[in-house]
Formats: sequence, C-alpha cells, structure tokens
Amino acid sequence: MEPVLRVHNITKRFGSNVANDHISFDLYPGEIHALLGENGAGKSTLMNVIYGVYGADEGEIYLNGKPVEISSPKHAIELGIGMVHQHFMLIPAFTVAENIVLGMQKELRLDIKDAEAKIAAASEKYDLRVDPHALVSTLSVGEQQRVEILKVLFRGAKILILDEPTAVLTPQEITELFATLERLKKDGVSIVFISHKLNELMSISDRISILRRGKITGCIDDLANCNPEALASAMVGRQVTLGVEKPEQEAGEVVLELDHLSVCNEAKKEIIKEFSLQIRAGEIVGLAGVDGNGQSELVKGITGLLPATGGAIRIQGVDMTGKTPREFIDAGVGHIPEDRHKQGLVLSMSVKENLFLETIQDRPYTKRHLLQKKAIQEKAKSLQEFYDIRAASLEVPAGALSGGNQQKIIVGRILEQDPKLLVAVHPTRGLDIGATEFVHKCLLKARAEGCAILLVSTELDEILELSDQIAVIYEGECMGVVRDRDATKEGIGLLMAGVKGTQAATAS
Amino acid sequence: MEFLNIFLTPDFYSATFRLATPLMLAALGGVISERSGVLNMALEGQILMGAFFGYLGSYLFQNVWLGVLTAMVGSLFLAALHAFMSIKVKVNQVVSAVGLNTLALGITSTLFRFLFGTDSQMASCPGMANLDIPVLSDLPFVGPVLFSQHPLTYAAVVLLILLNLFLFRTSRGLELRAAGENPQALDVAGVDVIRIRWLAVLTTGLFCGLAGASLTLTGLNTFYDNLSSGRGFIAYAAVVFGKWTPVGAALAAILFGAGDALQLRMQTIFDIPYYFYMMMPYLITFFALVFFMGAAKGPAANSIPFEKDKGRRRSARRSRMGGN
Repeated sequence: MEPVLRVHNITKRFGSNVANDHISFDLYPGEIHALLGENGAGKSTLMNVIYGVYGADEGEIYLNGKPVEISSPKHAIELGIGMVHQHFMLIPAFTVAENIVLGMQKELRLDIKDAEAKIAAASEKYDLRVDPHALVSTLSVGEQQRVEILKVLFRGAKILILDEPTAVLTPQEITELFATLERLKKDGVSIVFISHKLNELMSISDRISILRRGKITGCIDDLANCNPEALASAMVGRQVTLGVEKPEQEAGEVVLELDHLSVCNEAKKEIIKEFSLQIRAGEIVGLAGVDGNGQSELVKGITGLLPATGGAIRIQGVDMTGKTPREFIDAGVGHIPEDRHKQGLVLSMSVKENLFLETIQDRPYTKRHLLQKKAIQEKAKSLQEFYDIRAASLEVPAGALSGGNQQKIIVGRILEQDPKLLVAVHPTRGLDIGATEFVHKCLLKARAEGCAILLVSTELDEILELSDQIAVIYEGECMGVVRDRDATKEGIGLLMAGVKGTQAATAS
Repeated sequence: MEFLNIFLTPDFYSATFRLATPLMLAALGGVISERSGVLNMALEGQILMGAFFGYLGSYLFQNVWLGVLTAMVGSLFLAALHAFMSIKVKVNQVVSAVGLNTLALGITSTLFRFLFGTDSQMASCPGMANLDIPVLSDLPFVGPVLFSQHPLTYAAVVLLILLNLFLFRTSRGLELRAAGENPQALDVAGVDVIRIRWLAVLTTGLFCGLAGASLTLTGLNTFYDNLSSGRGFIAYAAVVFGKWTPVGAALAAILFGAGDALQLRMQTIFDIPYYFYMMMPYLITFFALVFFMGAAKGPAANSIPFEKDKGRRRSARRSRMGGN
C-alpha cells in the first residue's frame, strides 16, 4: 500500500538552530501515526512544515506518491490536509457556523442559513455534536475541539493533524475524542497525533515515531510488545524510570484550613464558593480539575493575592483572613505560581536577582537598607548548585534560560524559605521529563521534611502519582476529597466533569 | 421657551445631518479599519488631507467632482502611510496615528501657504449645491430635513447601508471581522490577513477623503489651517461609542452633529462668550466616552500587528527571540 503522505529528509533551521534535521516520516491511509517527543523536539515545526506554515529548507513532501510543494495553509487545505492546533484557532465572538465557513466561501454573499444546514448534516455524519448557531465563547473546551475537528473535516481533509489534542480535556472527553478518531479512521481518514503523554499514545496509535532534538530516533510498529519506559527512554535519550518513589508517611497536624472560603475574581464575580479543605504537615493534596474551574482564584485566595469574601483561611491555627500577601509569606506560605513568566520571574532581571525576590529585604542579604553583595553572591552560588540551575552565569537574564531551568529558580528560591505550606501550581507544565522528575523529587523532599503541599495540576497522572489525597474542583466548588489509594482515574474524571456523589470517585 | 423652539424647527434637524456628515463618513471608515484589527486614530489627519486636497482639486480643475476625487487621493496617501507603518513596520499604532495627524497638519498648512500666499484673501473654489430629491423634498418638515441635503450626506447614508451589508452579510465581511478578532485563525483558514488589513485601512482613507470633501466643498468652498479641528477625534469617539458597528457609529455621529447644531443655535440665545458653546460637541464626546468607554469592547485583535510566523522570513524571528 502506498502512503498518503510521505515526508522525506526534511530539514528546517531557525538561524543556527536546527529544528528538524533530515526527518523522514510516512502516513498510510486509515492509520493513526503518533509523533512523540519532548517540548522543543521539533514536533510542531514538522507539522507546520507539512501544513505549509513554514517552508522547509531541504527535503521533499509526497502526497499519494506525487511530490508537492505546500506553500501555505490554504494550499494544504486544498490538498486535503487539515490541522487542529493545540491552541484552538477559533473566534470566540463568532458562531460555530461562522467559524467553520470562515475562508471557505468563494462567492461574496454569505448564506449562513445554508451553511448551518450543511454543518448540521456534517456534524450528524461524523457524530461530532455541536450546535451551529452557538457562539464559540459559550462552548466548553471539549465542544470547541469538536468544532475544530469538524472545521477541518468540513473542508474535505483526508489527513488530520492533531497537535496535543488531549492537553485540555477531561478523561471522559479524551475517551470521547478517541472514539471519534477510531470512527474517522474507519472512514479512511489518516491521522497524525502529536503528544508527549505515553499512555494515551499507546492506546490510540497504530505506530509511534519518536522525535528527539530534531531527529527521528525510532519508529515503533509493534506496540503490543513495547512498554512506556522504553518509549520514554527513547524520547529522552537516556534510561528513565517512570514514576516516583513515594514513601508511606504519617501526616502531622493541620497546616492549612479552608473553612467555607469564598473568593471573587478581579471582576468581582464570585468564583470560589464555600470551599473547605484541610492539608496536614507532610502531606500532598492534589487539586484536580479541568483548567479554568477556579484553580487560579483558589490559589490566589490561599496566598493572599485575592481577599476572601466569605469564610476563613487558617494557617497553623492562625486566622489569616484579610491579611496581605506579605503576611502570608511571613506565615510560611510558599507559592510556585502557574505562570512562571508573568508571576514567577522578572524575565529581564538576572538569575541572581530572581533568586531573592521574596527574601531580599531579610538579613543577611540586606543590612541597614543596603544590599550585601557578598552574602547574596554566596547564597546564589549555593542555590544554583543545589538546584542544578544551568545558566552561563548568575548574571544572565532569567528570560534567556530554558523553561526547566526557569522553574528551578522558582522552586529553589521558594523551598529555600522552608515553607510550612507550599502551593505548587502546574509546577511541571511545559517541562521535559528530566526537569519534571527533578521538580517531583523536590516536592517529595519538602513533604518528607513536613511541609504541607497543595499541588494544582491539570495532569491527572501527575496528581495520582504524587498525592496523598485528591480534592476535585469544579466550577469553584469542592466536589470531594478522595484518599490516594481509593482514587481511580474514571472516578476523579467524573468529579472533574461535575458529577457529584462519593461513590463516583471510587467507582471504576 | 426660546431654547425649546430650537427643537421645533426643521432647520435644526437639517443642520444636524449636515454637521454629522463628515463625522459619519469618517466614523464608518474608522469602523472598517478597526474591525480589521488596525487601530485608526489617524482619522483626523486623513480628514484634513481630504479637506485640503478636495479644495485644491476643485480650485485647480474648477470642478467640484474632480475635487472630491483629489480629496480621496489626498487622504488615501495618508492612509497608505498608516497602513505601511502599522501593518508592515509594526510600529505602535497610536504613535503612528499621532505622527500622521501632525504630518497632515504640516502638509496642508505648508502647501496652502505655498500655493495661495499668505494674504487673507481666500480664493473660492466651486462647491456642491444641495440636491433636492424630487417630490420627497416638498414634504413638510421631513422634506427639508432629509431630502434637501448635499450629495455627500446621501452618500454617507448609502455607504452606511452598504457597509452594514458588507460586514454582516458577505463572506469578505466575515473575513474582515475575523482579521480583527483572531488573525491567526484566519491565516490558518487560508486567507491573507495582511491583504485584508491593507485594503481596510486604504478604504478608511477613501471614506475620510469624502469626509474632508464634505467640509470644504459643501458651502465653505475654501480652506484654512487645521480646518478639521478635531472632528477626526470626535469620529473616533463615535466608533467607540457605537461599539464598532456601522449603525452605532452613525447614530453616535448624528448625536454629536446634533450637539454641534444645538450649540450654534444657542449662541444667539444666551449671552455668554461663544467659546463656551464651541466646547459643547467636544464635551458631549468626552462625557459619552467617560460613561460608555468602560463597557465598550472592541475587536479582540485590534491594534495588534499580525506576525505571520513564516520561517522563510528571518526578520520575523528576531521579535520572538525574547520569549521562552
């Protein structure tokens, strides 16, 4: 059988950086070929070359055996290649139908009624349920993704490129997506599936190609005889052991107590509603939930960045309601913020300066309002070594470092303050396997030292792996708290989707 | 009592539409540009260019319609500069607009002195007369208000209808709005965002040319320094006040026109320095913006230059080096 798409010896450079280095890749009709690789391995670049966003510096692309020069996304669409981007390319202010027909209509008159009817028919045909009239801004993330897929199919795509499609979905939505993909496969659609999540790739793919530092390092056909460890090792280029050692440990006394806490966002809308939770010393509580269900506001409430509008926050028994962020820090609250660029670091300032954002006014770094250069330099050096921050020097701007090293600056400086309570928000988002491993070890070390930790993450695997207890947030409410050993992915997934009931969490 | 009588005369309403015409034309132009994602605070300069070159063309060719044409060419030139600076060079669009407004003032004043000398004898050019629409203009009250205006007022109404149809009933209009909401989405849908934005900004220039012509060629028939005197900013306010819709912007322009018509009439009633009255349209604009600006939400990608992210183009890479 001839491949529908064959990419031969593609090279793509950005300045001196080779993003794709002589890559060859093929896709057969009706198969799901996964592309696995870490951030920055060159997956998105390769797909953008195929989709005509970038021009390749070297190499050829063949469609059904014929060489093609794909000059633009428009051209790619005409050739039957469709891409669903990780960040949806939708216009929230437009309806579903308007989004789908955008750029398709040749004639001047826009017959939206006719378009809506056709879209409804297509939605029926592919079993991708969406209301063509609905404004995109009112849709859930899962529905928006359906619109994206429908948009691509509606344009007659026979090759579907999905870039990290599961990153924003709940486990149930992922199951639904996979069912859709299986159906499409039967209809003869070929799918390229990009991800860095091993388990889901193994369940959906027919073949997996591994990309590392711009090169294809392997293509695995026989998935039945392959384990995640081998895949991860191939992806990282060294031996890795998946999963962390989490020793059993008795939790101590209550450090954080949220008592019917309510928090409003900046727009004065109540987001967190009567949220109650306890975290004990030496315990990690994972907060699971689909992004945008109030995690940010809850964290801001716990760290004093937003005032409580109801209920109380107690830290080690002391009522902290209405206190300033500084008082929270002084009470022993450490915060690894969700957006390290905006909240965690001052990108244009040096690594050294970034290591002292909270502590610079304390002795011995400042005496009589004067900075003590020597003490600062020494401390910075030891932090750099201990937390393995790889930077050319302490003087380079934090913005010049890789994501993993940036995160190490934050983790290092927060843990150095010996927090009683650590609030870690998406601590490994966008990090490669090595850096993720390191951050996980740091969290477990803090746990061993008796720190109470709230781990907020949208990666359910991460939460299940590290947490002693799992709390689920849905639309600002606590759906329930489950012991680590009683938790199942399906149960947590139901809670994440807003299905209440304690048995939901433990049902399998 | 005398004050209330103002509202009973058709004259007041007729003046409202006459004074609203340049505002409406420029505001409709502004809607086009902003809906495509290019902030356009250079309406003022474009109107001024239109006003001067309209006058110049009409004077030189002794033909008012050729004057209208040169007006459009004049402001098209400034629009092209704004498009180049905003879309190609990607400078801050407010800064570009401020520079161009100043440039327009300089060009028009200098050329005016250079060509017409410094004496205060102002050379008059051919202007356009009011166009009475047969039968309809004879209607009582409504006739003089709506059907006895100069041709550019009718043009403004026709353009309003056409623009509304274009934006909301055509595929190209959908694409133009998409360019202002999420240009990346439009780009991956295979539509040329840069081209749309260029066309939109140039069209704004044509509208502003008409606005300028409606200032100089409909009775005034001459020119003086800074003739537009802030109307471009009032028109911009109308765009915002009208929430970036053609109908809203047109209604806002009519409101501001009414304010102008009102102050002209009040000058004869109350004996206070007329400067205070002249402030009125600007004050109305100010308060309209203060009280409604907060809630107004424009096109999401307005004023954000579009980066195509094309690997072939090395220069585009530089601006992205900072991230990550």
